[in-house]
Amino acid sequence: MELSGGQIVVQCLKDEGVEFLFGYPGGAVLHLYDAIFHQEDVKHILVRHEQAATHAADAYARATGRPGVVLVTSGPGATNAVTGIATAYMDSIPMVIISGQVPTAVIGSDAFQEVDMVGITRPCVKHNFLVKDIKDIAETMKKAFYVATTGRSGPVVIDIPKDITDPNIKIPYNYPDAIVMRSYNPEPQADLGKVKEAVDLLLSAKRPVIYSGGGVVLGEGSAELTEFTQHLGFPTTQTLMGLGAYPATDKQSIGMLGMHGTYESNLAMHESDVIIAIGVRFDDRVTGKLAEFCPHAKIIHIDIDPASISKTVKVDIAIVGSVKPVLTEMLQLIKAHSEKNSADDLASWWARIEQWRSVNCLEFDRTTDEIKPQAVVEEVYKITKGEAYVTSDVGQHQMYAAQFYHFDKPRRWINSGGLGTMGFGLPAAIGVKLAHPEAEVVCITGEASIQMCIQELATAAQYNTPIKIINLNNRYMGMVRQWQEFDYESRYSQSYMDTIPDFVKLAEAYGHVGIRVEHPDDLQGALEKAFALKDRTVFVDVLTDRTENVYPMIEAGKGHQDMTLRVAPGTPINRELA
Amino acid sequence: MRHIISILIENEAGALSRVAGLFSARGYNIESLTVAPTEDETLSRMTIVTRGNEDVIEQITKQLNKLIDVVKLIDLAEIPHVECELMLVKVAINLESREEIKRLVDIFRGKVIDVSSNSYVIEMTGASDKLDAFIKALDTKCIIETVRSGPTSMSRGADGLHL
Repeated sequence: MELSGGQIVVQCLKDEGVEFLFGYPGGAVLHLYDAIFHQEDVKHILVRHEQAATHAADAYARATGRPGVVLVTSGPGATNAVTGIATAYMDSIPMVIISGQVPTAVIGSDAFQEVDMVGITRPCVKHNFLVKDIKDIAETMKKAFYVATTGRSGPVVIDIPKDITDPNIKIPYNYPDAIVMRSYNPEPQADLGKVKEAVDLLLSAKRPVIYSGGGVVLGEGSAELTEFTQHLGFPTTQTLMGLGAYPATDKQSIGMLGMHGTYESNLAMHESDVIIAIGVRFDDRVTGKLAEFCPHAKIIHIDIDPASISKTVKVDIAIVGSVKPVLTEMLQLIKAHSEKNSADDLASWWARIEQWRSVNCLEFDRTTDEIKPQAVVEEVYKITKGEAYVTSDVGQHQMYAAQFYHFDKPRRWINSGGLGTMGFGLPAAIGVKLAHPEAEVVCITGEASIQMCIQELATAAQYNTPIKIINLNNRYMGMVRQWQEFDYESRYSQSYMDTIPDFVKLAEAYGHVGIRVEHPDDLQGALEKAFALKDRTVFVDVLTDRTENVYPMIEAGKGHQDMTLRVAPGTPINRELA
Repeated sequence: MRHIISILIENEAGALSRVAGLFSARGYNIESLTVAPTEDETLSRMTIVTRGNEDVIEQITKQLNKLIDVVKLIDLAEIPHVECELMLVKVAINLESREEIKRLVDIFRGKVIDVSSNSYVIEMTGASDKLDAFIKALDTKCIIETVRSGPTSMSRGADGLHL
């Protein structure tokens, strides 16, 4: 079979089993788009801005575990994709991004729509390639998918100059079945000695905590984590990225930890004597002040990436390996072990945790005439029976979604945790809906974030992806406003918008349904109506309390033990340790 | 503390910028960097001299290992090793100074590799502090230019950094 460069790229995508290609055409990729035109196996999703292509592909990957694939043109097409590539990189999401490049003969001459894509993306990709010969396309594509999906996954960019995809130059096509790269060994074998040491430490713990993160979701270790946790009977807390890897409604789950985590999670971390950190990276939003982080604990860390270990927090036992096989092995050793944790110790540890839990730190004022954003998420949770895929943007609404939508399954919570990219939620919801057309997909967003990729309402219409957009509209950049209230004596510098569009009309203009909710009494009815419209995208614009803050909170520079709680509406104080 | 990180890396376009970019993006310091292909032309060998405490050096080696193009690396400061740097110095000479400079070059076991009526180019190899000492021994007024390769290094004994 003789194929042109453009046809080879498309044929490689078919051979990789790629379902959707999220992209936007342009000069440097015209040959490629012509090759796409002549086939139907790989479905192209035309977005309205390249950033959205990357977010949609990223969310497709988060929801399925399969790599998301993006195609953009050179220059501005490529640079527009960079935010989405960096978003995927920070959260270790497998993606392959194909960017067009100016013809090889003019690279470096400041040609029209030329940008050094390999140079620009170098710090925010797992790896990138510039293809300079048609003979290298197939192998490079194979390498890209291999690198993106193995080890600690991540985005890989392939930059292809226009002449390489010339339809008049054809060569025999051969897609390698497998690839070996001498410089890349993605699946480290965990050191059995370390695993045994960890098991001994765990079984001697008096106040243990399991702290798990996105690595458990990415490494498909959810079932293993659940069995491991339930066998040991330890409390378990999850990072923002790890929500759903352990069922949130189970009694052993003590909720999210970190800046807006629960009181019980953060205090349990602070008082713990043994912490097992699984697929996490000790992010600053999780640890708070490093000098005060878990002062009494010995720490076991399981991670596939050796560079994550002892990067910010020194750990006592480091296990480099994929969480799934490591947890399986640990559990076998634990079951065969003669020692067990003291039941009395665990019982008194749980009693202490229940004390903290009884503070009910997430509770909010349910008596006002204003719609509380938390109440909206609670209602969405009830109506969708906790079964929806929830995407979010970044800010207060993201934290409310994380706190009040209790994820019992992995891959249901789709948000930009590491980079914190506003504009992520809507294109992400489209990507998820394409992956799971039968599932309920909700985008919980805010009026500032949603406007960053609002144009994707057109994409949702074109591909008939019925999603529910829940806009927590407080007429502020809520999280910015909250920090300005706490740290800048309520000087709300540029954190509100004087002109906010009529979102109902806007949704209608794009061919969707728009609903506005202004009073708490109307909330349930409006949401039920929205979710009853199964085959329509519905934009629910909820006017929420302008001054509501996310609690509890560890303010910047403080430790886990130093949480700010809400004791009465609007009057945060530091509560003494219980 | 000073560390010498020796890297075997795929000899591909952009490999050097991946390494250099990593150092600048993460705020690590590079004292010197030298790179050239090895006897196997698909591989390059890079020697980086850097400074940092143990934690920083541990992160540097882990982050370097994460780069897909890096095949192997070793921190030579941890093991017995030899170190060698090349320096070229161009000096101005006249009838009075030429003999004395030639004697100085001999003392340091260097070579004069280019001579003109009013200049020498001196080639000097060895440990970096020997090169420093030679520069100090010269009258700074006579130095026209110097160029140094930065140290290259390998471990002592039969073990080595190879595929």
